[in-house]
Amino acid sequence: MNTTRRQAGKTLTAIALGVAGLGLAPFAHAADTIKVGVLHSLSGTMAISESVLKDTVLMTIDEINAKGGLLGKKLEAVVVDPASNWPLFAEKAKQLIDQDKVAVTFGCWTSVSRKSVLPVYEEKNALLFYPVQYEGEELSKNVFYTGAAPNQQAIPAVEYLMSKAGGGAKRWVLLGTDYVYPRTTNKILRAFLHSKGVKDEDIDEKYTPFGHSDYQTIVADIKKFAAGGKTAVVSTINGDSNVPFYKELGNAGLKAKDVPVVAFSVGEEELRGVDTKPLVGHLAAWNYFMSIKSPANTAFIKQWSDYAKAKGIAGHKDKPLTNDPMEATYIGIHMWAQAVKKAGSTDTDKVIAAMAGQTFPAPSGITSEMDPKNHHLHKSVFIGEIKADGQFNVVWKTPGPVKAEPWSPFIPENKGKKDEPAMMAKK
Amino acid sequence: MRWILLSLLALVLVAPARALTPAQARSLVAGEVESRVAALNAVLATADDKTVALIQALSDDAVKITDSAVFVMKDGKGFDPVTGAEKPVPETAEDVVNNNEMRSELDAALASIKLFAPDDKVRAEAVKTLAGGDIGEAKLPLIEKAFAKENVPSIKEAIGRVRSAMLLGSADKSKRLDAANALGATGTPATKTLLLDRLKVETEPDVKSAVEAALRQIEARLAWGERLGVIFTGISLGSILLLVALGLAITYGLMGVINMAHGELMMIGAYATYVIQNLFRSLLPGAFEWYLLLAIPASFLAAALVGAVLERSVIRWLYGRPLETLLATWGISLVLQQAVRSLFGAQNVPVENPAWLSGGVDVMSNLTLPFNRLAIIAFAVLVLAGVSALIARTRLGLFVRGVTQNRKMAACMGVNTARIDTYAFALGSGIAGLAGCALSQVGNVGPDLGQGYIVDSFMVVVLGGVGQLAGTVYAAVGLGVLNKLLEGWQGAVLAKIMVLVFIVVFIQKRPQGIFAMKGRSAEA
Repeated sequence: MNTTRRQAGKTLTAIALGVAGLGLAPFAHAADTIKVGVLHSLSGTMAISESVLKDTVLMTIDEINAKGGLLGKKLEAVVVDPASNWPLFAEKAKQLIDQDKVAVTFGCWTSVSRKSVLPVYEEKNALLFYPVQYEGEELSKNVFYTGAAPNQQAIPAVEYLMSKAGGGAKRWVLLGTDYVYPRTTNKILRAFLHSKGVKDEDIDEKYTPFGHSDYQTIVADIKKFAAGGKTAVVSTINGDSNVPFYKELGNAGLKAKDVPVVAFSVGEEELRGVDTKPLVGHLAAWNYFMSIKSPANTAFIKQWSDYAKAKGIAGHKDKPLTNDPMEATYIGIHMWAQAVKKAGSTDTDKVIAAMAGQTFPAPSGITSEMDPKNHHLHKSVFIGEIKADGQFNVVWKTPGPVKAEPWSPFIPENKGKKDEPAMMAKK
Repeated sequence: MRWILLSLLALVLVAPARALTPAQARSLVAGEVESRVAALNAVLATADDKTVALIQALSDDAVKITDSAVFVMKDGKGFDPVTGAEKPVPETAEDVVNNNEMRSELDAALASIKLFAPDDKVRAEAVKTLAGGDIGEAKLPLIEKAFAKENVPSIKEAIGRVRSAMLLGSADKSKRLDAANALGATGTPATKTLLLDRLKVETEPDVKSAVEAALRQIEARLAWGERLGVIFTGISLGSILLLVALGLAITYGLMGVINMAHGELMMIGAYATYVIQNLFRSLLPGAFEWYLLLAIPASFLAAALVGAVLERSVIRWLYGRPLETLLATWGISLVLQQAVRSLFGAQNVPVENPAWLSGGVDVMSNLTLPFNRLAIIAFAVLVLAGVSALIARTRLGLFVRGVTQNRKMAACMGVNTARIDTYAFALGSGIAGLAGCALSQVGNVGPDLGQGYIVDSFMVVVLGGVGQLAGTVYAAVGLGVLNKLLEGWQGAVLAKIMVLVFIVVFIQKRPQGIFAMKGRSAEA
């Protein structure tokens, strides 16, 4: 080696300076842009679902910038990767708020990741938009929930299955993966079913471990249970465990018209890469389906297809799909932008005040409204039947938007809780 | 074909067939579900071939509608349901949406029409469809007519049961009593549902006791189906565990390599199946049903090849250093996963079951044995037979046993031990590939496929006794059945925990597993 120690030292210094320079570069423009944090897992198990939300945020930011930005400034996305690692979510959130000084964050998918970042946003009085359907039982001043609360997804779905058109189910199998979202949802559903006069012996609650793949016993049990009366299955099975479950159902000869299964976590994106034959006729409940016909949706799908093609997003560039959390993300950013315009500032408290009552023409065909008080969107609920092409056939919808009830009235401890975030001590 | 058949069926209908009117056609496809069902039942008794064709098309989701017209779609062209003439379909035409209620009504309607088919098989199939669902009273006259006309005894009996099920709700007490007595002889869960419902509203004491007696009979019969079902699911799970562990029984059991990449070798087998499936779909669509026959050797070869490369490049430097092997193979497993992610994407890929592996055979009314599970059991037996013959009877097997028992002596006898190591490792890997091919038929195919099975496979091999094929078999089937028994009793989550506790306790008491290797080599 010819390099002397001094030379090596110089090279190192040069590299260090270069790195520091690169690191500093964004700060040079800091004053000209409004920073928007994106906190979605881009690696790990949740990457499949979450990475497209990151792209949705970027697409919407491009759209807003193309129209001249906000308050005369351009929006600038700061993308971090919490890697499906729940504690890392909190660290990355801190980094976004303290280091990058973002005005708002769009992020999280699983409830556990939201619970992980919640104290950070409350302590720093920052803003988070959460775009996924969840179990409720939470209301923070610093979070806007653009996904569905249980009464905007689970309960209407069960009401539909009880109705004559849905098959008039009398007995219920509540089947889920063993974690907080299914457990809480099923607790609410059980109380709801009680209120409709369904007895405990007509409810069978079952859980499987994460990644469960052998559903033989469960399907046999459902079959046995279904002999006691018209049965419907409410599935909160997580992610790709759904495929072996539906396969087993099909092979055991349980058809959708005999024992319909309604799922809350199966959407267009989850059905990509799935042999849909055994699933046809089973149901899903969402607040948006790609197959909904509305001018806003046509425009939304076109915008996404063009963006996916232009950016070469894996999978979507050949077969663009939109889904419910993407719609919720899209609405969330637009509403935030409107609120910032109204408030004339990105200050957290001013934006929160301006968010109340914001409306936006949602791709689902309704005019979406942010509740004046409870930080949740009013949403229409759609029940769709799975078709062979992986899309959904809407067979039922609520007559109009439903107001969210984050504190479910079917959980006794929620009695007396106020439908608005508690005021926090000002820092 | 189907259209010709249907028109034949319609001709056999005894009722005077009245031609379908445009108004009727419209009432069948448009409007609220309730009115459509009423319209369906109204046209059913006098259905002509056009009506039948329309119902069939509805059931196949091949009907489109505009504000003024109805189209039956065939090969991308629209036909008028009344005249049968071809009509251009406007852009605005929408698919007719059937929900589950409508679909079951359509199926029941078709089945009750098919009860008059000249072909015995079609009739038998139709009765089966009718017996499975609950059918509205509106179809009773049709069923009565079919019952009177039927002359094949077994089908007549089956129609009789459907008729009894409908008569259970009759206002006439003696008819109800007859129906309850007749239903005791059947054993379907659907009848049980009916009887239970009847029991709730029945007021006549003698009918009530007849219903109760019938229920007891049925329940006794169903209980047998359940017991057999548990055993079958246990064996099925056992066969999967066996396939998954068999390759490891060679690489770990015989060769002593702690191969953490075993799961990824299965994944490679599953992806090989996926690739072959796609090749068949694009190149040989006619033979798509049989893609598995080629996928089996392909998955074996792909995984064996990767295994051989691994052995040559990494593992052979690490023999006798279990800790390093563990770390190295774990690293390899990550590399393989990421490689597959880069090649095929992070999402799961769809592997379709061929039609002959979908569905199942009805052994009892409440026991259906799925074809894919049966095929996997047979496949596991075949692979097991192949491997044990290979190890016990062939020259290669002799060398493998020789090398694993006493490497130096084998080398002295002129065995090329390095090559035998490669062959043996490739064989174990290839069997993992076969397991992956089997798994693609029951579960997801994705980069993480192997992760879910690596613990299970080590569990089976350790429990069975390292170095023993027979032990692996007993452990796999035993664990499968035990798991399913516990799952039926305590649910999936607790069952998994209990099985793990059982294994921990068992290994404490008997560290060498079910079967210990006898002789001096046990310590090696």
